Amino acid sequence: MMRFLLPLVVFVVLVGFLLVGLGLNPRQVPSPLVGKPAPEFQLQQLHESEKTLTSKENLGKVWLLNVWASWCVSCREEHPVLVELAKSGIVPVYGLNYKDQREDALRWLQQFGDPYTASAVDPEGRTGIEFGVYGVPETYVIDKNGVIRYKQIGPVTVEALQNKILPLVRELQG
Amino acid sequence: MRLKLLSRSSLAACDSGKGSYIGNPGGAFEGLRTNEGGFALLKTALLLCLLLLAPFAGAKEAVPVAEDPEVEKRMVALSEDLRCLVCQNETIAASRADFANDLRREIREQIQANKSDKEIVDFLVARYGDFVLYRPPMKGTTAFLWFGPFIFLLAGAVFLVFYLKRRRKHIEEPALSEQQLKQAEALLKEGKG
Repeated sequence: MMRFLLPLVVFVVLVGFLLVGLGLNPRQVPSPLVGKPAPEFQLQQLHESEKTLTSKENLGKVWLLNVWASWCVSCREEHPVLVELAKSGIVPVYGLNYKDQREDALRWLQQFGDPYTASAVDPEGRTGIEFGVYGVPETYVIDKNGVIRYKQIGPVTVEALQNKILPLVRELQG
Repeated sequence: MRLKLLSRSSLAACDSGKGSYIGNPGGAFEGLRTNEGGFALLKTALLLCLLLLAPFAGAKEAVPVAEDPEVEKRMVALSEDLRCLVCQNETIAASRADFANDLRREIREQIQANKSDKEIVDFLVARYGDFVLYRPPMKGTTAFLWFGPFIFLLAGAVFLVFYLKRRRKHIEEPALSEQQLKQAEALLKEGKG
């Protein structure tokens, strides 16, 4: 009996591990910055380059920072969701225009709509490195104390918004 | 136009290495090519210009190499142990992804700012997590990663020892009892008769 049972148990355990492994996405690297203060930045704004956007401006409110670029294909996918979210007025969405050309970025917003309260420009991706950005799009939920509470890697889907982001935002807004 | 490898939907470009650019220089002249004749001379001239300009075009896009070979050496040594999060099986030293390029620049700048290797690695781990390291650090959550193989090796060795012992016992046991031997002999005799 043992002769068959032991290999069977080993096999089942192995299959279990492989099944779990199939469901994991190696591209979703958890950010060590969740739970830490958002990196400080002071960047030019996209629309009015003479104005700056700083991370401190939003202290005292919950906000989203969406990293986007006109060259990023997945950003188009999430864009309608962000536009809807901005319309609802639940939470302000700020943009970090990542490694982009100003004209391209402005044209892109004109074409697809502009959900951002303001967009900061990060042409060389330096602020991106501070935030641990390794692909676009990424979206950060930042609380009233300026602490990163959640990082959405990849496009903001309706499910992610309803199941994760909005409940968290409501909780943080208290 | 430059295609950023960071785009989550263009990850396949990681494998080709050459995928960082789309559109060849000749692509801009697609319109001329479709014209029948007449433009042959112009085309040749343009191609010649392109060829002459090619080295400059290349130079413009080349990865900036630090003037200081020492800095470059340290940067490469450091980034060979760091994972590119876009092309996850490549090191930051080897990857041609835009992301790796940015991190090489960052490392280079930090070396020039007299940061120690540890400070630079800590900087990256703070932002990208342990996943950026090809050699994971030893701690509670990674203990199994470090010792797991040895545990399996030990388990295998124990199993082997037990198995061999059992097998030897099996072999050492006389294959036939005396009674069986007699029976066999009797049967053989019968056969002869």
